[in-house]
Amino acid sequence: MIAAQPLVQPPLSNARAAPKLQVERLDVHFRARHAVKDVSLTLADRSVLAVIGPSGCGKSTFLRAINRMHDLVPGALVKGKIRIDGRDVYARDVDPVLLRRSVGMVFQRPNPFPAMTIFDNVVAGLKLNGLRGNHAELVEKSLRQAALWDEVKDRLKSSALSLSGGQQQRLCIARALAVQPQMLLMDEPASALDPIATARIEELIHELKERYTIVIVTHNMQQAARVSDRTAFFYMGELVECGPTEQIFTNPKERRTEDYVTGKFG
Amino acid sequence: MSSLRVRKLKNRLMIGLCAASVALALVPLVSVFWLVIKEGAAGLSWTFFTALPAPVGELGGGVGNAILGSLFIVGLASALGIPLGVGAGLYLAERGGGWLGNAVRFTAEVLAGVPSIVLGMVAYALVVVPMGRFSALAGAVALAFLMIPGLARATEDLIRLVPHSLREASLALGVPQWRTSLRVVLRTAAGGLLTSCLLAISRAAGETAPLLFTSLNNQYWNARPDEPTASLTVQIFNDAVSPYDALHRQAWTAALVLLLLVALLNLTSRLLARGRLRGS
Repeated sequence: MIAAQPLVQPPLSNARAAPKLQVERLDVHFRARHAVKDVSLTLADRSVLAVIGPSGCGKSTFLRAINRMHDLVPGALVKGKIRIDGRDVYARDVDPVLLRRSVGMVFQRPNPFPAMTIFDNVVAGLKLNGLRGNHAELVEKSLRQAALWDEVKDRLKSSALSLSGGQQQRLCIARALAVQPQMLLMDEPASALDPIATARIEELIHELKERYTIVIVTHNMQQAARVSDRTAFFYMGELVECGPTEQIFTNPKERRTEDYVTGKFG
Repeated sequence: MSSLRVRKLKNRLMIGLCAASVALALVPLVSVFWLVIKEGAAGLSWTFFTALPAPVGELGGGVGNAILGSLFIVGLASALGIPLGVGAGLYLAERGGGWLGNAVRFTAEVLAGVPSIVLGMVAYALVVVPMGRFSALAGAVALAFLMIPGLARATEDLIRLVPHSLREASLALGVPQWRTSLRVVLRTAAGGLLTSCLLAISRAAGETAPLLFTSLNNQYWNARPDEPTASLTVQIFNDAVSPYDALHRQAWTAALVLLLLVALLNLTSRLLARGRLRGS
């Protein structure tokens, strides 16, 4: 793999590594509908980007473009570039199946595999890809990272459906972590959960940030303010503004951002 | 006030009519059970299950070879029909959007409406004629034709019930689509599929017409797929059309055994279905 050379060497005072995620002029169409319009942004390694905006503004569509989930939707068309570590994920030689192993995803509703045990759910990504062996260590590590180990260590063989909604969502996070991704995409991971479970997920995002780069879609602005380093505000498929979270919430540059974060609409 | 009374009266009348139609529908069902048990129970014995049919004029004997033959033919038919039926259903549900899917769906519908005797003739032409002999395999092919369309439709419906979110979960883990179909989608629908398969098997077990000129019949034990093989249904048919009273009684008892066998399969599938509902 060839690492992209930055065109301009960054000045020493700002000696940060090249961004983990670079999106350049991204457009997503579903047949006649233009769902994401000309979006460009960057995200540093091991930081959290919150994507906010009213329903139907293209947040989830943007997120799903990153791990190429739109490949499976008939009529979907993605244009532009999305680079992870400098490599365009839509390049012809990138296998979307392999890409998805390095970019984990957590969905809005917890979706553990109902026919599998807790243990098997965690290693589903490996087992379904035919990797046999004793994965006990990996299961413990993943469940610990997802802050679920202590609650389930005595019943790893019971059905994943015996867990509460919040536990199921953490199980799904553990399942995503077990394939050892570089990035984690979260599509409103707490919107189906109660406040206590939500707080646990948010705490978890803080811990996961130490190891992973995270993009989280949420329509809960307070959640975005609590968990993220940077925030992107989407409206009608456009990226209105993207900047440090504090600035977006206290001193936005755009009028529409201000109206949204102060609750004038949305 | 009076309109309310009229309404209540109508209500009672309609409920009464419903109850009456239930009772009427139960008459043939109960009488079939009653008649088969009454006529057949007397002949039940251990030798009936284990012995070969006695020559005409001798007492005793059984239909052991026909019971085994039925299990053999239906087992072969399941081995052929279940993978094809379930596979076709999986294809229809996962990839069946285009013209090919619609063509398969249409074909399955037509095939489901074809009388079973016609399927027997097709198996005769396809298997018996080239092999030059009647065989268990030919009977199994005819029964498999019978099982495939129903199984394909049932599988398609069951697969469509599997939530899309599970497919996405699997794909997002970097699992290729074909593995997702086989190991997540099919596995999630496994309970329902098992029920559908058992129902298809019990339907095939009760068929006579497709076996008449495919597996034919056999007075002796047979476990070879390329030999004519006895089956309960054909045995019943042959006994029933014979002029001998002893064979008539044998037919009744064989019918009872067949009824019990099919009831057992149905009961198992019901229990499995109920267990599945409680499990989720």
